[in-house]
Amino acid sequence: MLRKILSQALVIMLIAALAAGCGGGQPKADVIKLGANLEMTGGNATFGASAANGAKLAIKEVNAKGGVLGKQLTLTVADNKSEAAEAANAMQKLITQDKVVAVIAPIASSSVIAGAQVNQDNKVLAISPTASNPKVTVDPATGKVRDFLFRAAFIDPFQGSVMANFAAKTLKAKTAALYIDNSSDYAKGLGQFFKETFVKSGGKIVAEEAYLQKDTDFKATLTKIKAQNPDVLFVPGYYQEVGMIVKQARELGLNMPIMGGDGWDSAKLPEIAGTQALNNTFFSNHYSPDDNSPAVKAFVEAYKKEYNQIPDAFAALAYDATMMVIEAIKRANSADPVKIKDELAKTKDFQAVSGLITLNATHDPVKSAVIIEMKDGKQTFREKVNP
Amino acid sequence: MEFTHQLIQQLINGVSLGSIYALIALGYTMVYGIIRLINFAHGDIYMLGAYVGFFATTTFKMPFLPALIMAMAVAAVVGIVIERAAYRPLRQAPKIAVLITAIGVSLLLEYGGMILVTPQPRTFPAVFPAHTYNIGGIIVNNQQIVILAVSIALMVLLTYIVHRTKTGKAMRAVSFDTDAARLMGIDVDRIISITFAIGSGLAAAAGVLVGIYYNSIDPLMGIMPGLKAFVAAVLGGIGIIPGAMLGGIILGVIEALVSGFISSTFRDAAAFAILIVILLFRPSGLLGKNVREKV
Repeated sequence: MLRKILSQALVIMLIAALAAGCGGGQPKADVIKLGANLEMTGGNATFGASAANGAKLAIKEVNAKGGVLGKQLTLTVADNKSEAAEAANAMQKLITQDKVVAVIAPIASSSVIAGAQVNQDNKVLAISPTASNPKVTVDPATGKVRDFLFRAAFIDPFQGSVMANFAAKTLKAKTAALYIDNSSDYAKGLGQFFKETFVKSGGKIVAEEAYLQKDTDFKATLTKIKAQNPDVLFVPGYYQEVGMIVKQARELGLNMPIMGGDGWDSAKLPEIAGTQALNNTFFSNHYSPDDNSPAVKAFVEAYKKEYNQIPDAFAALAYDATMMVIEAIKRANSADPVKIKDELAKTKDFQAVSGLITLNATHDPVKSAVIIEMKDGKQTFREKVNP
Repeated sequence: MEFTHQLIQQLINGVSLGSIYALIALGYTMVYGIIRLINFAHGDIYMLGAYVGFFATTTFKMPFLPALIMAMAVAAVVGIVIERAAYRPLRQAPKIAVLITAIGVSLLLEYGGMILVTPQPRTFPAVFPAHTYNIGGIIVNNQQIVILAVSIALMVLLTYIVHRTKTGKAMRAVSFDTDAARLMGIDVDRIISITFAIGSGLAAAAGVLVGIYYNSIDPLMGIMPGLKAFVAAVLGGIGIIPGAMLGGIILGVIEALVSGFISSTFRDAAAFAILIVILLFRPSGLLGKNVREKV
């Protein structure tokens, strides 16, 4: 009896699935479909949720103003479970089943790269809000630009240079020490460009040390750095180790400014490091909700009204990525995926939340960064740095 | 002056790190001494202890000492359960089978932990405020002193149990010759259970101390310290209790000195290079006697 019920249920489910599959095949003429392939579950779920909110807000705003080309926009969100293999599947589903004309791509560089071939083969573009690895837009095997891949965030070298200039010019540092996460290409990239720029502007690197993800004891190395007495310490890692490094550094009496990149941007950082220890620390980020520019103010207000929380950088960049695509559709005067791609590549001086965006030849945005200062555990806007 | 300053500071860093390795290494060495098993799940018991300590201090708002005791008690029970369920049925099986089971238990604890408490790292609450003391440029903080004090207290207690109590005498007897001990009327299974309980309790204490000291715990936190403690146990002579203490402290100090005076990237390499050198030249460890395996 039970088996019979089960098999009937299965048949019904199969039929339903088939019907749903067929239904997706015919796009309605009066809407333009966008897709979002995001980390809705898994390790990066909080990032994905913010990004989805940002993209939805952009679409809602545009629709409220009558849409684009006289049509309303829709957003189909596919979950990539924070896994690279799932990201490729989600990309396939969005393009072939849902027939979207452009995709907001995953947060993580590795997930964007995993789906890249799907975008190239089907000639539908993907724009990642945050992926910062150069390989996202340039295929390392051929050295050629991937036509259908874009990003809304600046890439790693820029952040390293920004922080080096900030150290040399604003903090008047003459000497710096580097303490780099050796297991992360991101951290190594930032470190390398920090060093180059800092040395070029007349500074001296007095110590170069490394750690690995999951390390917990940094005191031995920090004692060594202390002996060199640098004016600033640059730690371009992720918040978990960075939090412990800042805590242990302050305990050992290293009171100089400590700096880093956007990997610091987490509510966990003050919990791990302690609010006192985090005073006199700075990091570069894509945007700050405290920025006084009109674009940021308008965005923060709209976002707060919609979701009742302050948008983080993921939300802001996903909003920007979505707006860039919509702008490209407008300029192309067509919902043809290839034409949208051509126009998106020509993006120039586009006023986005995270600054004035111009895409260069490798589809990387050239735009400003902000420097955040931690004060009593709160992120405060320090200054804006133009490229 | 500058150099001596730095040297003393590094020694302090090394000893506080080393006393944690020593606490974990004690469990390894006790279990090995009694059933000749490298219990690879031991590092994960340390993780478990850290989590029990975390929930005791956050959810149940316990102060430091009760939380520490509760973590040790829970870990001791889990240690006994693991021994009963996973190792005892394999008492007569080849050693390699037990070893592989130990790896299985380790993975079960790590990934089971991920399901239960999520892989996100958690921040340990400050159960007592951190004070730093600056003694002529040498910086010591009260957490380091607590770690050292708790470690020494537990090691003294352990030495007392092993050498001055009847159970300790039975443990030494089982370790020396299991069959003869059984013939003398010692309940071998019970002694093995007690050994697992004590070893697991010590690992849990290390977990709580580390949680307080480094402020951050996650389900995979036991892997590296577990391996390092294994190196410490081998360094001191596996199966020998004072050897585990000595091995732990030496390993911590060497790591601090290598990161401080050579390069931070060589730190882990140094730890495992020591393992290889010891195995090549003094396989029975620093305090081990060269005894031939009984046939």
